[in-house]
Order: sequence, then C-alpha cells, then structure tokens
Amino acid sequence: MSRNTVFNEFVLKFGTVNGSGSASANFLCAKVLFRMGLPVSAKNIFPSNIQGLPTWYEIRVSEAGHMARRAGIDVMVAMNPQSYKRDAAEVVPGGTLIYDSTLERRFDRDDIQVIGIPIARLCAEHWTDSRQRQLFKNMIYVGSLISLLGLDDGVVEQLITEQFKSKPKLIEPNLKALHIGRDYARDNIDTPIAVRARMSDKTAGKILMTGNEAAGLGALYAGATVATWYPITPSTSLVENFERHASKLRRTEDGRHNAAVVQAEDELAAVGMAIGASWNGARAFTATSGPGISLMAEFIGLAYFAEIPLVLFDVQRGGPSTGMPTRTQQSDILTCAYASHGDTVHILLLPGDPGECFTMSVDAFDIADRYQTPVFVMSDLDIGMNDWVIDELTWDDSRKLDRGKVLDAAALDAVAEFARYRDVDGDGIPYRTLPGTHPTKGSYFTRGTSHTDTGGYTEDGRLHAQMLERIKYKIEGAAAHLPKPVIDIRDPEARLAIVNFGSTDPAVREGLEELDREGHVMNHMRLRAFPFAQEVRDFAEAHDYLFVIEQNRDSQMRHLLMTEADILGPKLIAVPNIDGMPLTAAFVREFVLQALRRLPGYGEASRIVAQ
Amino acid sequence: MTHIVKPQFRHPRLATNSQGLTRRDYEGVISTLCAGCGHDSVTAAIVEACFELELPAHRVAKMSGIGCSSKTTNYFLNYSHGFNSVHGRMPSVATGANLANRELTYLGVSGDGDTASIGIGQFVHAVRRRVNMLYICENNGTYGLTKGQFSATNDRASKNRKGLDTPFDSIDLCNMAIELGAGFVARSFSGDKAQLVPLIKAGIRYKGFALIDVISPCVTFNNHTTSTKSYEYVRDHNHMIGRLDLVETSAEIEADYAPGTSADVTLHDGSQMRFTKLDESYDPTNRETILPALERYRQRGEVATGLLYLDKREADLHELIGTPDQPLNEIDERALVPGSGPLAAINAAHR
Ligand SMILES: Cc1ncc(C[n+]2csc(CCOP(=O)(O)OP(=O)(O)O)c2C)c(N)n1
Ligand code: SF4
Ligand SMILES: [Mg+2]
Repeated sequence: MSRNTVFNEFVLKFGTVNGSGSASANFLCAKVLFRMGLPVSAKNIFPSNIQGLPTWYEIRVSEAGHMARRAGIDVMVAMNPQSYKRDAAEVVPGGTLIYDSTLERRFDRDDIQVIGIPIARLCAEHWTDSRQRQLFKNMIYVGSLISLLGLDDGVVEQLITEQFKSKPKLIEPNLKALHIGRDYARDNIDTPIAVRARMSDKTAGKILMTGNEAAGLGALYAGATVATWYPITPSTSLVENFERHASKLRRTEDGRHNAAVVQAEDELAAVGMAIGASWNGARAFTATSGPGISLMAEFIGLAYFAEIPLVLFDVQRGGPSTGMPTRTQQSDILTCAYASHGDTVHILLLPGDPGECFTMSVDAFDIADRYQTPVFVMSDLDIGMNDWVIDELTWDDSRKLDRGKVLDAAALDAVAEFARYRDVDGDGIPYRTLPGTHPTKGSYFTRGTSHTDTGGYTEDGRLHAQMLERIKYKIEGAAAHLPKPVIDIRDPEARLAIVNFGSTDPAVREGLEELDREGHVMNHMRLRAFPFAQEVRDFAEAHDYLFVIEQNRDSQMRHLLMTEADILGPKLIAVPNIDGMPLTAAFVREFVLQALRRLPGYGEASRIVAQ
Repeated sequence: MTHIVKPQFRHPRLATNSQGLTRRDYEGVISTLCAGCGHDSVTAAIVEACFELELPAHRVAKMSGIGCSSKTTNYFLNYSHGFNSVHGRMPSVATGANLANRELTYLGVSGDGDTASIGIGQFVHAVRRRVNMLYICENNGTYGLTKGQFSATNDRASKNRKGLDTPFDSIDLCNMAIELGAGFVARSFSGDKAQLVPLIKAGIRYKGFALIDVISPCVTFNNHTTSTKSYEYVRDHNHMIGRLDLVETSAEIEADYAPGTSADVTLHDGSQMRFTKLDESYDPTNRETILPALERYRQRGEVATGLLYLDKREADLHELIGTPDQPLNEIDERALVPGSGPLAAINAAHR
C-alpha cells in the first residue's frame, strides 16, 4: 500500500462478454463492497443481445455518498479482448487495468498500471470441463480483487455461501476459484494500486435494490391483483418481480395466489385487460416502455374519457422507434403527459430512485382510483434495472387503500338517482359503481363516445364541452395532492436554480456541490409529479433562471413547464442529455458553466445573488 | 342524435320470471339502427334468451367494440353494466373484466369488421385463453357503420352494392375458433330466432369460450341479390346441421345417434343441452371430422348453421392459470397487502 492510496472513492469497471456468466460475479463485487459498509452505485451497460457482444458493469464506490455514474475508470477488469482498446482508453492516468495474460499483450499506455493474471491458464490447470473453465474465470478475477483492491475475504465468502445456498455443491469449487485468484495476485503482484476499499459503516439501514423490483413490490402492497403485460426491455423485470413476490406473499391456503398475471399478445391487449379489470373493480396495472406506450395510446384515451382508473409503468429507454433498447432516457414525458388523440392530460409520477418506485407505485393506485384516470409512473432503465443503494423499505400498517368514490349496494339504495358522470361534490370527481352491485340501480354504459352525465350517447356540443371541462378540472385538482417537488434552498438569495426529475438526481446533487465549490451557488428543485403543484410555479417565480436538466433531445419537461406552469421560456435554460448513459456530475457542471457564460451578467460572478 | 330511453310503462299482465323481472326488463334503450337491420333481431334474441334463462340482469356484463353491431349492447339488458370499448379490442377488455370477477356472466357483441379485421389478434387470443364468455359476432360481411366497405368475412363470390367483388378469400370465424380451441362454436342467422335463442342460452351457460357467428344482414349496404350475406341468400342456402335446446331433465347421454334422434349433454353448471341431429354425417363433438365436413358444405355453397362444435371439457382461463375461487375484486385488502412484517425479510435479502 503506498502512501498515496485513495480509500473508498473509486470506479471499478468490468468489460466482459455477454452471456459468459460474468453478470453474477460482477454483482457479487457490488454486493461485497456494499456489505463492507460502502455506498455503491452499479450500472449495467449491456447490449441488446443474448450472447457474444461486449458488456460492461461499472461500480462507483463513494464513502462520501456520491451515487451518480462517474467517468474515468480507476480499476478496469478487462476480460474481453474485443473491447480491450476502448477499455484501456477509459482508465484514468495512474489507474489500473487487469487482464487475462494467458495471451500476453501490450496496451500502449505507459501512464497506467497493467496487471496480467493468467486466468485461462489457471483455470485450465484446475478444471478439465470446458464449461467450468469458462465459468470459474469470473470467480478468479473476483478473487484477485481481494488482494489487489481490498475486497474483504470474509464478506466475499459469506456471500458466495448465501448465493449457492440452494446448490451447496457449487460452494466449494467457487471458493476454490476465488482463492486461486486471490493467492495468485497476492504472490505475484507487488506494486500496489492507487485505490483501495476498506471497511466502513455508511450502509447501515440501507438496501441494494432495482427500481423494477421496488415498483413490483409497490404494486403488491397497493393490493393490485391483475397484472397484464407484454415483454419489453427495460420493464420486463417489473412484472416478473410482482409475480415472484406475489407467489410468496399472496399464497392462499390451497397453494394458489391472490393475483392474476397474464402475458398478453401485445401492448394493446395488455392495457385493454388492465382497463377491463380496473373497470370491474380490481386493482390492475401494466408495465411497458416507449414502444408499448405508443401502441397503448388509443386505449389510454378511452380510460381518460370514460374515467377508468389505470396504472401504467413506463420504464423509459432510448427512443425514438426501437431506439436504444438497453440505454436509459427520459424521452416519453410529452408522449405520456398527452397520450392519445383529442384533448387529454395525464398524471405522471416521477420517481427519483427505487425507493420512490416503491412509494409512488403504491400512491399511483390510490391516485388512479381517487381521480378515476390513468396514472403513469415514469421510471427509466437506470432506475428500473440498476441496483441502487436506498433506505430500507418501510410500510405503515395503519395505511388504508384509497379506493375512491365507489358506491356499494347500500349507498346506491340511499341515493335518489345515480348519474355516473355527474359532479356531485364540486371536485369534478363523479361516483362510480361496479358491475353486479345492485339489481336495479347503478348500472350505466361505459363508452368512449361523448356522453351525458348518465352515460347516454350524445352529440350535443354543449354537453360534450361540459364533460371535457369537468374532466380537466378534476385532473387540475389532483395537482395539489400528488407528490410535492423536493426543493433544496442552498442559498435563499441565489437567483439561479437547477430543475430536474427522475434518475438524474444523484448527478445533479453532486454537480450542485461542485458548482458550489466554484462559487456558483444554485438552488434545486426535483419535480416529482405532473400536473405541477403551485410550489413549482412559486419556485420558478423566485429565480431568474432555471437550468432544466433532462435526458431527452427536445427538452420535453421544459415544454411542460412553459405550457402547463406558465413559466416564461427564456427563464428556462434547456440542458438536454441524450447519450443513453446515466448522467454524470461532470456533465451537469460543464453544461451549466457553459450556459452561464452566455448569460449576461452571470458568467463571471463568483457568487450570484440578488442585486 | 341522443339516446332514447324506453318509457318505463309496465303492463300489469306482463309475466315475470324467478328474478321478478319481465321480458321488458331485459330490454335496453331504443335502437337507432336502420329499420330491418339484422342486428336488431339478434338483440331481440338476446333479450328472449336472458329472460328465459332467468338471469339476474345486473350480474351480466355487456362488452363490445365499435360498429353498428357493437352499439347494440345498449339496446338490451338495461340493468347490466355495458362497456363499449374501442374498435376491435373488446376481447382484451372482456378478458380483464373476467380476470377481476369470475362470477359475472360476460356477453360480448362484435361485428365482422371488429372481429375479423382490426380485432382479429385479440379475438384469436381470447379464444385461446378460453375466456369464459359468450362472444356473438354479428356478421354482415361489411362495415356498416363506415358505410359499406368490404369486410374480411365477405365471400369471394359476393359482390358489393356497386357490383365489385373482393380479390381476397374470406375468413371463417367458426373454423378459426374450432382450430384455436374454442369450446362452443355455433353459426346462426338473425332471421331464425327459433335456432338462435337456444344457442345463446347454451352459449351463456357454457363455461369457457363460446362463439356464435350470426349472419346478420346489413339492409343498407349488403342485402342486394349478389351478396352472400343477404336475407334471401342465407334463407336459400341455410343448411341446419342440428337443432339445439336447453332441456329440463337429462336423458341418457348417447355418443352416437342417428338423424332425427337426440343426445343430451350436461353442462358444467348442471343444465342439460339436447341436440337433435339433422345431418347424419355431422357430429359436433368430433373435432377430427367437423372441419372436413364444414369444408364440404362450403364447397356446395351451403351455409352450415347450428351448433358446429362442442368441447365437453369446459375449462376456462381461471382454471388454466389457477386463480383463487373468490373473485379477485372482492378479496379483502388485509389479504392483499402483506404489511410491514414481510418487508423485514425482503430488506434483509437485499443487504
Ligand atoms: C381505430 C379505429 N379505426 C376505424 C374506426 C372506424 N370504424 C368504426 S366502425 C368500423 C367498422 C365496423 O364494422 P363491423 O365491426 O363489421 O360492424 P358493423 O357496423 O358492420 O356492424 C370502422 C372501420 C374506428 N372507430 N376506430
Ligand atoms: S348500416 Fe347496416 S349494419 Fe348498420 S344499422 Fe344500418 S343496416 Fe344495420
Ligand atoms: Mg359488419
């Protein structure tokens, strides 16, 4: 260990071949670091392919708690000759590249440390079966990191034992491979590397979870019983997680479970089924990504106009069209806000991490029932599929589901006349009934054609206008009851602010700190829902300029802020990012500094406060 | 055009059934279809069948897509909830509704455009999933509501009003449904109430996917002399392969029976169905022989009507995927929300 070793702040990256079994070894490393008490952020950068193409896994370790992706790799475990060149190029000067030196080679970088471990040769010495030779390679490089990077022996071994609990025969050979790697590195490599992990205590009360698992659990906790979907990356694991947890937590005495999961023939059917189930009083949802939303559009308009609760999870990926199916983006904002033809506006919830995927998933069902309308939970690939460090999930056992205004048989007996679409309470929200409730009262006709307040067909323009206005009023009324923006006033006199939402938050918060250190103190607002609460307008009002950071080309959230919160365009400075990778603080800092230079009177100021 | 509610006047002598409902109570709002439209006759047959079955009307959910045919769910069963969804997508909405509550009766009405064109994918998969419903396709070989374009069930030889014929072969929904595993498949004619009413009754009682493809002429766009979906053509070429009745008591079930003889089958819910065979060569319970037999009728230009296929296994989607007996929409939230307890284990597994 040299005197200059940096502890617990580094980026470790694995370059491997898709389908080679490396994914679980890489996740194991992330988990080891997490169990060592270190905040980690793990990003799986994978191709749209099943086997053979290069794939990467990045783990940022930051005891200080910076959980955004960071460019500049400190330690690169380069296991894929196809990507050697670009992998070597990403290593920071003074950083380390570890490779399989069974076939020795040069990397043309004399400013980095190259460590060769003859992994394939070691495997060949210990195993004869070709499949095993391939698989145990992964565990050998993990083992080498015990010696080179300071992964804790005990923690790794414990995790391997847990991982193979159901296949105990595999524990021993995996430990053997681990030790081969560990011992080889210990005995043959004597130059220490520049970064190292050591035990800390920063992850007490935390868990490592993906947003899709959290959202699936949220649906379970919200009492959803019908899940209808069509497979699409990156949303697939959401329903799979719902089903997996439901099969344990919703088991009935006879071994069935209180949920129906149907893989539909396409997204049109998936959303149609969710609407049918919801209309009939079950909590139902569908999960998809951009292409699925495009297909669902017609049905979403029906649910909006016929006022049927509906929960949709959009785990966004790179568009347009099939786009970058395995990369992250926030580019369905406008599509979802106004999904379907005619005048429609929809409620969007904007989770910023897997923890909010859980809470907002539960909230989404209450909101959909309360306002009898579609609710979108706008996750993305980064939150949905990557493991994030979040607070332990909690549940308030006194929480009751809000099923909204539904009249049962007794309530129907008590009312003089039932009119499905009449605004009885003045909040724009009518009462609904479920099929089969009452022999003679409460039936109505659900339709996507224009209707009177009793659900009858009408072509009366006045009634049509009234219906549309009431629905608009109803949705506007929801704004005050949706998750509020998270506002961070870092300096009450600051005239500049950053606005963002969703998965960009760790990068934005880290970027704000960097800007702060350079004398540019800015306030921060993270949006959590649309339509916007009054707080959003007030925050905009209190600042001269707002940098709106989002992962799409056309600054879609900025459009919404202009048209729906009446914030003047020139105040809103677009900060688009569309490379498909999780955002970095460096991007935030550089983009904002560049933009500042173009703002008259702000670029030079070391401290920007009210004049 | 606004919908017209029928006057609530009740004739004191109208007979009531065991539900305390009169035939009138099974009606809906006044139809706005063209006078003479086949669809109105199907509506009347549905009213009759539901009255005779003594269905609690509010326990029926009426599902439809878009088209003149799909509008008709508003013209019967006023005490039922109806759902006029989007064009071609009724099967998915009905599937979802059925998932939520397996105890209601699902009655779907669609058209040939709705089913065989825009909605064929959903139709196919609802059949395959054996959604417990009666699906009535009011088949007129044309798009009535958009004024007379060819539909995919229009026969090759059948010309439109302007004398043009289609270059494409027609889709036979019954053949398709049989191949896809529908349990109850029938064809009928809107002009033959005596045949249609018992078929509707049996289709409602059947557990699983039941299809009745009803040839239901469009008087405005496809009832001319060169159409094979006209009243005249169907009357002239109707070949009844059997008669079907729901009967009170069961006789011995016979597998083989000669023309003119009957066989009874007990349905899932205990009701008895009796076929009377009119065509010696046709056995609706034998999957192997019915498709070639139907092809022979087709080649002779005959329209085979009656119960074409019956799968006595009667299984539905819920049984196939193993949902609980209690309707999902009635399960108490305490049984659905796992609570804080299990979260401890979930959290522990993520450390
Ligand atoms: C997405 C969509 N495309 C087109 C239409 C227009 N449209 C309404 S009904 C219909 C055809 C209906 O034909 P069919 O189902 O045979 O019903 P019929 O009127 O003949 O009873 C069409 C094309 C629509 N409502 N929605
Ligand atoms: S257009 Fe044809 S299908 Fe439509 S109502 Fe008139 S007759 Fe019936
Ligand atoms: Mg038609």
